[in-house]
Amino acid sequence: MPTEKAVAHHWRRFSERYGLIGSRCTSCKHYFYPTSIICPKCRRKGKIEEFKFSGKGNIFSYTTIRIAPEGFEKYTPYVVAIVELEEGAMVVSQVVDCSPDDVSIGMPVESTFRKIREEGKSGLILYGFKFRPLK
Amino acid sequence: MKAGIVGYGAYIPRLRIKSSNIAKVWSADPELEAKMINEKTVPNMDEDCATMAVEAARSAILRAGIDPMKIGAVYIGSESHPYVVKSTSSIIGEAVGATPNMMAADLEFACKAGTSAIQIVNSHVLAGKIEYGLAGGSDTAQGRPGDALEYTAAAGAAMFVVGKKDVVATIDSTLSYVTDTPDFWRREGEEFPRHGGRFTGEPGYFKHILGATEGILSETGTTVKDYDYFVFHQPNAKFPLSAAKMLGIPKEKVLTGLLFPKIGNTYSAASILGLCNVLDTATPGSRILMTSFGSGAGSDSFTMTVTDKIGDRRDMAAPVSQMIERKEYIDYATYARYKEKIKGVL
Repeated sequence: MPTEKAVAHHWRRFSERYGLIGSRCTSCKHYFYPTSIICPKCRRKGKIEEFKFSGKGNIFSYTTIRIAPEGFEKYTPYVVAIVELEEGAMVVSQVVDCSPDDVSIGMPVESTFRKIREEGKSGLILYGFKFRPLK
Repeated sequence: MKAGIVGYGAYIPRLRIKSSNIAKVWSADPELEAKMINEKTVPNMDEDCATMAVEAARSAILRAGIDPMKIGAVYIGSESHPYVVKSTSSIIGEAVGATPNMMAADLEFACKAGTSAIQIVNSHVLAGKIEYGLAGGSDTAQGRPGDALEYTAAAGAAMFVVGKKDVVATIDSTLSYVTDTPDFWRREGEEFPRHGGRFTGEPGYFKHILGATEGILSETGTTVKDYDYFVFHQPNAKFPLSAAKMLGIPKEKVLTGLLFPKIGNTYSAASILGLCNVLDTATPGSRILMTSFGSGAGSDSFTMTVTDKIGDRRDMAAPVSQMIERKEYIDYATYARYKEKIKGVL
């Protein structure tokens, strides 16, 4: 059963998960997802600001999940990929609207808004971005 | 100054099931069912009213070319809101980046909730309360297994940015026709709706569609000849064509806005997805008359005129025709699993 603590935990991430919002360092022009409060490259000299990604990118690497963690069982088999966004940041996400056989490294993808998981029948419905093959 | 549609966006899920496939399961005649509907859209397991509305809204904002923070209202009509208590409009507002300074509410009036949302936002814009508003309908419709509705209850969404500046179509007038008619309903906590069978036609669909359409023609002093396109609610392919015949409208003026044979009945999104397809093809100066229908029962009519801005915006998002063609068929067993009709699954 979800706890009130879990509700707050998810709610803090709504904005970045809904809108694919991360960070960029204006000093070294690096992009990050999820949001970061410090630039791992520039350290204290870095200047971090919020950044909304375009949602376009390519598959850097991927795997097919056949034994899923709790809450994802109904989706098996499904693809989880590291997507390299066109701005340079890497994000881990599900790839949908295609079968695992259709996915390949370098494949262009775009973000789409989907249900990520449901906390049972009475709990929260968690939404966010996934990726699909670019039309 | 008139308000109108600044941007429009449609969303049609990829999955389809053929009516012949459903017919085989229930020992019905596949050929007979296929004559009424060929196939319908099915939402994937990770798609619902909110996700489809967000996708449609993002396309509408892209076409409008506006800063989402300028959106002062989000109204969404549906009979399949993901939560009974917890707003869909706030999910959409957050996902498109329009929160927190916006009015918002979830609407329900069966299949006309989407057009009711457009009327409300149009009124806010005309009153000068907001610069832009986002409104539309989205549904993952439910049909009881084996019921006639199972062949048609589909999924889709259409959202519109309404404002006064740079509109692609002006909303020239709007009129509603509502009576308390129990043609179709679903009680609180019930999974599937019930309908009055043949009763849904005459006192439900036709009375209200004709009442609103004749009403708006009379109020605006126009006739059928003044419009290039007519879009009607489409719970099947026969009703809108019959309504058109009763009103003396040539069939060819209805066909562009009639998507039912290809996607099924998308409930709150049905008439407005038809409108999106018209906006995908209409030339500047074209006049459109759209009438929705929601059980319970009522109809909302709109008269609109396409402007010369349509050419710049149309190609900024995927057209309806592309979403109709982008499809993957599933069989009834997969459909039953995706729609969570199989019980006892952990």
